[in-house]
Amino acid sequence: MQLTLGPVLYHWTPERWREFYFRIADEAPVDTVVIGEAVCSKRTPFKQDHIPAVIERLEAAGKRVLHASLILVSLPRERRQTRELVQADEAEVEINDLTCLTGLTRKPFAVGPFVNVYNEAAAGFLAARGATRICLPPELPLPAIAVIAAAQPKVATEVFAFGKVPLAISARCYHARAHKLTKDNCRFVCEQDPDGMPVKTLDGAEFLSVNGVQTLSAGCASLLRDVPTLRHAGVASLRLSPQCCDMVAVARLFRDVVDERIDPGEAERRLGEIYPDVPFSNGFLYGAPGHVRMEVGGGSLGAMHRGPPVRGRMLS
Amino acid sequence: MELICPAGTPASLEAAVEAGADAIYCGFRDETNARNFPGLNFSRDELKKSIAFAHRHGVKVLVAINTFARAGSFGLWQAAIDDAVAAGADALILADLATLDYAARRHPAQRLHVSVQAGAANPDAIRFYAESFGARRVVLPRVLNVMEIAAIVRESAVETEVFVFGGLCVMEEGRCSLSSYATGQSPNMNGVCSPASDVAYAERDGQVVSTLGGFTINSFGKGEPAGYPTLCKGRFATPKGSGYIFEEPVSLDAAVMLPALRDAGVTAFKIEGRQRGRAYIAGVVRSFRKILAAIDEGRSPPAADLAAMAEGQTSTVGAYRKGWR
Repeated sequence: MQLTLGPVLYHWTPERWREFYFRIADEAPVDTVVIGEAVCSKRTPFKQDHIPAVIERLEAAGKRVLHASLILVSLPRERRQTRELVQADEAEVEINDLTCLTGLTRKPFAVGPFVNVYNEAAAGFLAARGATRICLPPELPLPAIAVIAAAQPKVATEVFAFGKVPLAISARCYHARAHKLTKDNCRFVCEQDPDGMPVKTLDGAEFLSVNGVQTLSAGCASLLRDVPTLRHAGVASLRLSPQCCDMVAVARLFRDVVDERIDPGEAERRLGEIYPDVPFSNGFLYGAPGHVRMEVGGGSLGAMHRGPPVRGRMLS
Repeated sequence: MELICPAGTPASLEAAVEAGADAIYCGFRDETNARNFPGLNFSRDELKKSIAFAHRHGVKVLVAINTFARAGSFGLWQAAIDDAVAAGADALILADLATLDYAARRHPAQRLHVSVQAGAANPDAIRFYAESFGARRVVLPRVLNVMEIAAIVRESAVETEVFVFGGLCVMEEGRCSLSSYATGQSPNMNGVCSPASDVAYAERDGQVVSTLGGFTINSFGKGEPAGYPTLCKGRFATPKGSGYIFEEPVSLDAAVMLPALRDAGVTAFKIEGRQRGRAYIAGVVRSFRKILAAIDEGRSPPAADLAAMAEGQTSTVGAYRKGWR
C-alpha cells in the first residue's frame, strides 16, 4: 500500500508552503506528493515562483510528483490556468475537473477526489483515457470502493484517509463573506486561517470549516484503524491531506500501520497527540454520516449507500 | 426560448402541460433521479402514459436519470435509461460519466442533456461532454453570472439551459457532500439533500431549534417562522460572527433576468421543484408564460405574478448578477 500526500488546500504563506514541501521531501515516508492550488485561482500566483524548486526537491528525494488542477473552473483565468497545466510538461497532472480532459495531451494522468467517480464504469471510462490512479470521492462507502478496485485492477485506487474532509465548492467565497468583503476584493483573508475557519452550530457544536470558496468538515477523517479493511478491499493508496500539524509524523504513523509495525488502535491514539483537539471520523466508509466515528468494520458490507446509517455502533 | 417545468407526479405533469410548458422533466420512482423523495416520481407505466399525453399536446418530456450510479448496481441505471428511451423520452438528463457513456453507446440516436449535477461550468467542460457523448444541451450550474453565460453560449456548439426559479444551490451542484456529512445521505448517491427523515424541531429556551442529523441548523425566536433546515441555508457561528454564513434561506427568482438571459443566447429556462404540488407548478408556469410573452412583445414583465409563488420566502437572482460571490 502506498501513501499519497494530497495538495495543501489552505492558503498558506508562500514561504510556509515551500518549507512544508522541503521537509516532506526530506523526511516523510510518502510515495507520491500532489502539489499546486486546487481551491482558488486567485491564490495560484503566490506559489508559482516556488513550484520548480519544490518539484526538484521532491523528485530528488524519490517522490512521484503530481500537479493538481483547479476544482471549479469558470473564469477565463481559470480556464487558462487549467489549459496551461494540462499542456505543460512540468509534472504529471491530477485532474480535479473534467475540464482537463479537453486538451489533455499528457498521459498518463491521475484523478483527484473532486471528480465524481462513484462506480466501476466511470472508473473504466477514465482508465480507458489514460488514468492510472483514481482518488475516490470521500463520501464513497467501502462496498463501492471494493467493487471499483476489483473491476479496475490496472488503476491504483486511492481513498481519502486523513484530514478535514472537503465537502463542497462554490463560486462564492465564504471567507470574504464572513469578513464582509467581496470575492473580487477579498484581501486574501483566508490566509488568517491556515487550518480553515471554524464553523460551529449556534449551540457550539463543531461542524464545518471554511477555506475560501471551499467548505470542509470540522472533524478530521482518519482511516488509520481501517487500514487492514481497506487493504482487503483492494485499496492501493491512502491519501493524507495536509493540516496544521506535523504531517511528517502523520505520514510515519500511516506508514507504520501499513507496514504492520504498530497496532492501528495504538496508532490512532498517537495520531490524537499529533493533531490534538480535533475529533476523528470514518463514518463515510461505513455508509454512516461522515462526521461519526465507527468501530472498525462498523458498517455492513451489504448496506452500500442506501438505507439508514448504522447508528447503533457509533463510538461518539 | 423554451420553458422547462418540473413534474413529480403524472397529475403535476398534466397541470404543467395545461399551463403552457414547452417541456416537462421528471424521473423514475427510485434512486436514479436526484429528487428521490417519498411519494414522488413516476413508475414505468406512468411515464409511458404521461409522455403520450404530453406528446399529444405538443410538449416534450425530458427524463432525469441524474444521480451517480451505485458501484456494483449499474444495471438499475442502465434499465432506467433503456426504459426511458423505450417510453419515448425526448431527452435524457444525465450526470454520471457511466450513464452518459452507456446511453451514448447503446442509444446513439437518443438526445442527451448534461445535468446540472455534472457541474459543467465552462466551454472546455461542455466540449468534453459534447465530443465524448454527443450531448446536445447542458444545464449550467448556478455558479455563473449572465456575462459568463453569454461567453459560454458564444463558444459552445451545444444548447444551454439555466434555472430561473425555485430552490437554489449555493454550492456547485454535484460536488457537495454536506448533506451526507450530517446525515449519511447525499444528492449524488441518494438523490436527496438535507432529508426530512433526519430533520427535527425542538423547543429550547423559548426558541424553536431546527436540527439536521442532530446538528442545529437554525434557531427561531417567537413569531419567526421556523423554516426547513436545508444545511447550506442555516445560521452558524464563526469567529467573525454568527449568521447565514453561506446563504440566507432564499429561493431563486431570476424573472427580472430573463431578458438578459435571452440576450445571452440561453435556449431554455428551467423551473426547479419536482417535489412541489400541481397547483404550485401550474401557477408558476402560468406566470412565467406571461412574463415570456411580455418579453417577446417588448413589454415590461409583470413580475408581481411571482411574488405569491415564493411562499413568504425572500428570493434572489443568485449568481446571475455579478457581485453575488
